[in-house]
Amino acid sequence: MISLALEYSDKLLMGMWVTLQLTLIPVLLAACFALPLAVLRRKPNLWVQAPIRLFVSFFRGTPLLAQLFLVYYGSGQFREELSALGLWWFFREPIYCALLAFTLNSTAYQIEIMRGGLQSVNVGEIEAGLACGMTPLTLHRRIILPNAYRIAFPALGNEVILMLKGGAVASVITILDIMGHTRRAFSQTFDINIYFIAAILYLLITTLFVLFWRTLEGRLNHHLNRPEQRTVIAARGVTAVN
Amino acid sequence: MTMLSHLKKLTAIAVTLLASSTIWAQSTIRLGTEGAYPPFNYYDSNGQLAGFDIDIGNALCEQMGVNCVWVAQDWDGIIPALMAGRYDVILASMFITDRRMEQVSFTDPYQASAMTFVGHKSANITDVSPAALAGKTIGAQGSTTQGDFLEAQYPDSTIRLYPTQDAVNLDLANGRLDLQAGDIIPMVEWLQTQEGSCCERVGELITDPEYVGYGVGMAVRKNDDALRERLNAALAAIIENGVYDEINNRYFDVNLLTLE
Repeated sequence: MISLALEYSDKLLMGMWVTLQLTLIPVLLAACFALPLAVLRRKPNLWVQAPIRLFVSFFRGTPLLAQLFLVYYGSGQFREELSALGLWWFFREPIYCALLAFTLNSTAYQIEIMRGGLQSVNVGEIEAGLACGMTPLTLHRRIILPNAYRIAFPALGNEVILMLKGGAVASVITILDIMGHTRRAFSQTFDINIYFIAAILYLLITTLFVLFWRTLEGRLNHHLNRPEQRTVIAARGVTAVN
Repeated sequence: MTMLSHLKKLTAIAVTLLASSTIWAQSTIRLGTEGAYPPFNYYDSNGQLAGFDIDIGNALCEQMGVNCVWVAQDWDGIIPALMAGRYDVILASMFITDRRMEQVSFTDPYQASAMTFVGHKSANITDVSPAALAGKTIGAQGSTTQGDFLEAQYPDSTIRLYPTQDAVNLDLANGRLDLQAGDIIPMVEWLQTQEGSCCERVGELITDPEYVGYGVGMAVRKNDDALRERLNAALAAIIENGVYDEINNRYFDVNLLTLE
């Protein structure tokens, strides 16, 4: 197994790089879109709410693989139209199609995560902010958003990990991520161990990521972890996450 | 009815089932195919497996006097599934190559083999040497001889490997690929379709045995020599009695054994 890993180490490393790109770029782009959309999603106006809800339920309710096929093979059917619009260069490349599909998918999930976070912000703190005369912008900046992110943080970490693993479907549209290189190596060697090596690589990335995310989370919640604060939190019935 | 008579009945049913399954195991051969490689093996409009491979397989089973059941399996797992015992024979237009022979045994060839490049008419590619195709994007189905051929011989081109042949055809037609490499017969067939009218054959036939092997054969597990012999005998018989030609002519204008 070690010799197999060494033989394919170059390719697997390149695959890891592609896998990381396919995870981080969509997740970060989605994070930018998700926050404003989550704020809009909470507006009572149905005309604002409905399209976002439709978007979310479509991308959460269908398989990522189907979404990827839809973007990749779907766009292939509209080559003429896309060329006329000057967009074909984007849809021609499998990697851009994957990035687009994954970004849309992750946006849908992150909207829901952020909505949950925003909803869970302690009403008392918002009232306190208003009582101090904060404008809506200041209120969001100083009270609502920091708290919402704190609450949503573990779920966001989960979403990154799900994207990392879900991204393995990209190999079916010829992208050479970890899974793509693994499938190629398997077709050349018929050695099932190559899949174990791939599993270990995924595990390695997720483990490192979990450690990193936990450290970040500890920093975000630093004020909650002081001993004198713990009793207050317990009394309020808030669960501290660390 | 009493509990006991229920039990007796159940036992009787179980014994009958067991007995029939033993007989079934003896006279039934499970044939594995891909089901995504027209006109050789594919699902027809009724959702049934059909095609040249399927007809040949059924003719062989009739010749051997056994029942056959077909099992569909994705191409990239088709050899592992044979070795795992999901079926006994691969009958899926597989080229006989040295590398595959390390894993499985092959029958005598039931088709000759050759590959070809296919490119867009508008691209006007005539030279298919590795130097001429440097920087081009070439597609092929993965886990195939053409995939191995491209990866080994065209290191300066971008090679994209797809799960099915249909997916390669689609991406060549819509221009994501500059060229593809494929087996000669399915390529000729595809070029005659509406979708394939975009494209044309480019360059000479690829017949290097290192890549195209020694023809198209049926694969069995290495310890299944008896089955291999039976298949060889049945194949010789249907070639002899004209059944093979009859099936051949149902699908193709050329004879697949001679490519003439």
